[in-house]
Amino acid sequence: MAVEASRALDVHRLRADFAVFDELVNGRPFAYLDSASSTQKPRQVLNAMREFYEHSYANVHRGVYTLAERATAGYESAREKVRAFVNAPSNREVIFTRSATEALNLVAYAWGLDNLGPGDVVVVTELEHHANFVPWQFIAKRTGAEFAHIPIDDLGELQLDALDGIVARGNVKVVANNLVSNTLGTINPVERLAEWAHAQGAIMVVDAAQAAPHRAIDVQALGCDFLAFSSHKLCGPSGVGALWGRRELLEEMQPFNLGGEMIRSVALDRTSWNELPYKFEAGTPAIAEAYGFGVAIDYVSAIGLEAIERHEHELLVQAMDLLAEIPGVHVFGPPADRRTGIVSFELDGVHPHDVAQILDWEGVAVRAGHHCTQPLMTRLGVAATSRASFYLYTLPDDVDRLAAGLLKVKETFGV
Amino acid sequence: MSEFDQLYREVILDHYKNPRGHGILDDADAQAEGANPLCGDEVTISVRFAGDGETIDEIGFEGRGCAISQAATSMLTEMVKGRKASEVAELPKEELLDEIGIPLTPIRLKCAILGLGVLKVALHRAKGTPLPEEWRGLSEGLQFD
Repeated sequence: MAVEASRALDVHRLRADFAVFDELVNGRPFAYLDSASSTQKPRQVLNAMREFYEHSYANVHRGVYTLAERATAGYESAREKVRAFVNAPSNREVIFTRSATEALNLVAYAWGLDNLGPGDVVVVTELEHHANFVPWQFIAKRTGAEFAHIPIDDLGELQLDALDGIVARGNVKVVANNLVSNTLGTINPVERLAEWAHAQGAIMVVDAAQAAPHRAIDVQALGCDFLAFSSHKLCGPSGVGALWGRRELLEEMQPFNLGGEMIRSVALDRTSWNELPYKFEAGTPAIAEAYGFGVAIDYVSAIGLEAIERHEHELLVQAMDLLAEIPGVHVFGPPADRRTGIVSFELDGVHPHDVAQILDWEGVAVRAGHHCTQPLMTRLGVAATSRASFYLYTLPDDVDRLAAGLLKVKETFGV
Repeated sequence: MSEFDQLYREVILDHYKNPRGHGILDDADAQAEGANPLCGDEVTISVRFAGDGETIDEIGFEGRGCAISQAATSMLTEMVKGRKASEVAELPKEELLDEIGIPLTPIRLKCAILGLGVLKVALHRAKGTPLPEEWRGLSEGLQFD
């Protein structure tokens, strides 16, 4: 095991699993530096999904025939993989959703509408993704609760000394935070926030969309109450995500979506709900996608999250060193040891959109925009940033080409 | 010339770095602002009419965004000065795109015509000129508060 953990990733071998890397983009090898947005898919996941559709597909939890049982077994085996991936106590606490966003909306609506009111405070952070910000802002307004935020310092790290001031505003009922910032890569002190939240009698809601693909997650060690993440950021298909929630909270909550599958019995005058987790899975789910999600978890787990994390950290240090040498480039966020493989930056005199456009001509794909974190952009005093992000298939050469591409941008714009 | 070189050809970069008609006018007769939420481009345009109350006498803009959005707005100010509001309200975007003169992907097209849309909204508000469907999104923000 120790030998396994210390082995470096064989990135060239891994890249052979991804057909897109055989292609040229604008005549050049493809340097895909936008995995924080979504990852490429290995053929193991694609083949398994195709196999599932061809030989094991039917609707789940309904038919008594062989194929339906096979489909249900495949779907439920994925739930068990998600459970193990985040070390949840029970797979009854694992709910398949459409995305991490839908998982967070589920909590905001199904828990928030019945548990928030005037005098209560909902706490988010200044570096939250809109997915864990806008639902809470909306539900706070709907219920008359206060909406407060934990500010960040100039390095993009949470200022926890603001917590005392937040307590003074009312009964803190919810604390919502991402484990890793999708824009800055900041690793947030979720364990401490969870402890603080519980001391206030609040629940802790964690957006792990940007963390789960890159570092091992243990919901019991984090001490949170809900945790959301998605498949598409960890080599799985889009269209499926997962919510883990504490059983006692999920049991008390009303359903979010209503319809088939989530009921126990329906009469003309009343309906009772199915048991967990089906109470929260109305309608035919994304069956093959959930199955593919499970296969993707197997794929990254076999490579090893520790090895992935270490590989990304090396790329991060390389990128931050190279970018620091380019005059006019400013990297946002904390030092490398307190962030994951995400580098948001600006280049003086050139809008991120233009940076991304010119890099694209060099075969380097980065994201330009607000990254669904407009309050953070406001705090940083920019409309947008360019963002490079890494994954298990990223080569050191990709990072070199990012730096070379930025020199080309500077040359084009004469800055 | 490669597509790459064309996109950032000299005239675009010149307008981006030395925008014409830069600055918001005092005592503007018409003004509007708009943004492209996709990439965060922002443009505010102000207009002063001549004595006839119709002809664009002065036009100034401020904004921040990509080279295409800002250069296109700069070119626009040169293009519409001296024209009547009713005429500019009907100005087809192709006329501006011809002036820009480079092939644009759908996503960059939105950057290029942002300023034109904002100007049409400003004239619509001040003079009641028609505002075709495709520009209306700029003047209607849906939000809760």
